[in-house]
Amino acid sequence: MVEVFHSEFMRNALLAGLLASVACGIIGTLIVVNRIVFISGGIAHAAYGGIGLAFFLKIPPLAGAAGFALVIAMIMSGVTLNNKQRADTVVGVLWAVGMALGIILVDLTSGYSVDLMSYLFGSILAVPRADLFMMVLVDIGVLILVAAFYNGFLAMSFDEEFARAMGVRVGLLYYVLLGMIALSVIMLIRIVGLILVIALLTIPPFIAEKFCRSLKAMMVVSVFLSSIFSLVGLWFSYTLNLTSGATIIMVAAAFFFASVIYERARQYLIGA
Amino acid sequence: MALPAIELNGVSFFYDNHPILTDVSMRVAERDFLAIIGPNGSGKTTLLKIVLGILNPRLGSVKVFGKTPSEAAGMLGYVPQDTGLNKDFPISVQDVALMGRLGRSGRGRRYTSEDRDFARKALEKAGMWEYRDRPIGKLSGGQRQRVLIARALSAEPRILLMDEPTASVDAQFQTHLYDLLKELNSTITIIVVSHDMSVLSGYINSVACVNQTLFYHDSGEITGEMLHSAYQCPVDLIAHGGVPHRVLRKHDHEDS
Repeated sequence: MVEVFHSEFMRNALLAGLLASVACGIIGTLIVVNRIVFISGGIAHAAYGGIGLAFFLKIPPLAGAAGFALVIAMIMSGVTLNNKQRADTVVGVLWAVGMALGIILVDLTSGYSVDLMSYLFGSILAVPRADLFMMVLVDIGVLILVAAFYNGFLAMSFDEEFARAMGVRVGLLYYVLLGMIALSVIMLIRIVGLILVIALLTIPPFIAEKFCRSLKAMMVVSVFLSSIFSLVGLWFSYTLNLTSGATIIMVAAAFFFASVIYERARQYLIGA
Repeated sequence: MALPAIELNGVSFFYDNHPILTDVSMRVAERDFLAIIGPNGSGKTTLLKIVLGILNPRLGSVKVFGKTPSEAAGMLGYVPQDTGLNKDFPISVQDVALMGRLGRSGRGRRYTSEDRDFARKALEKAGMWEYRDRPIGKLSGGQRQRVLIARALSAEPRILLMDEPTASVDAQFQTHLYDLLKELNSTITIIVVSHDMSVLSGYINSVACVNQTLFYHDSGEITGEMLHSAYQCPVDLIAHGGVPHRVLRKHDHEDS
């Protein structure tokens, strides 16, 4: 696998996978324990509107997507904050409207045949240096925010009402969390594409949750698992000449099913 | 007159335009031991959450020692009903108890060794210190309830608010808990939502009956015999459309 590192695009791809795993594991953990997978999916898909908008306005696509995703995340925060369950419909509508808007804006952009597939399914083998730089910034931002407000996030995730009673600013933390989800999603668009983002955000924490005794440990294990999935996925994608994003997800899914079967078997053996 | 621990004025709360509480006013004196009773769905829990600042009333004002509930966060201890908790959540007993310190420690701050001492004392009082490293999901319902009680106590609250605190604990711990509450009551105010009036009657010194509106019974008027009757009240009388019941001689239904 040594020859893999000789080419710059492969080095960048590996780095991108590792950098994305940091934010992905931390934010994915918060998504899973707060049970806001659907809301995160909504943000990811609606971000496509931002990509369309960026093409239409001729600005860098990821910058456009990031801005748009942040706006959508803030709207979703407002809609879902006091109503996580019943806001389903609104999330679903924003999800679809964002994507539709993106497609129409691309249609309206004259003489431009965009490689939409790379945004939908990722193009980790074409990650430019500038994107790596953006990933480092997002990672640092996520690490600082989550470390600074860790006890607040923990209390909010475990028992939101109690956290409120203790004067934790749950509303503010929720907006911050959805904002971080938006940025993480944009970061992952390069890696697996926005259709598959949710799998990479949720599978590592789902597996980690079974083996971890603290939220902190769950974050660390998720980052580790996410890195493994990205690296192994990349290796398969390179050797078998398969689409990288889809391969990474399939590796994650294989671990996911293995963990479910392991857990079932363990419970069966304990029960027997 | 001393500042009341809790003062509600004309509080109304709606859920989807469906009234849950209408024009509730009450004053709870410091070091009172108040029981809130009423039928299911009568708004008892909502009332508690309004005092805690978890829910904001549409109308009316809430003061806790003259402050808003969020300003008073560090003075409040809360034991919620043990229903909505995520039992798969990766967290130890000790870390749950530490959460009670959040109102004190300030938002972003780390827990100090002082915070850990308070959490430890609270867990010892609840008889859960030996389980401190156990994940919350590996406890029985009664044990989990004790941890939630320890979490509230670790705040060293001036007002302790409890929602059905004995719903799933055994009789032995229940007696222990009420004795503990009685001891705490010499310095702090306690409010308990409970159906368990027969046990509570020996400890409390005032009762509030809630059924969308408040039927408040002032402290001095209650005798043990009356309390026994009051236990019937939310079921028999208030359920029939809020007819003022005649069992208690003096009935302070405040119209404000």
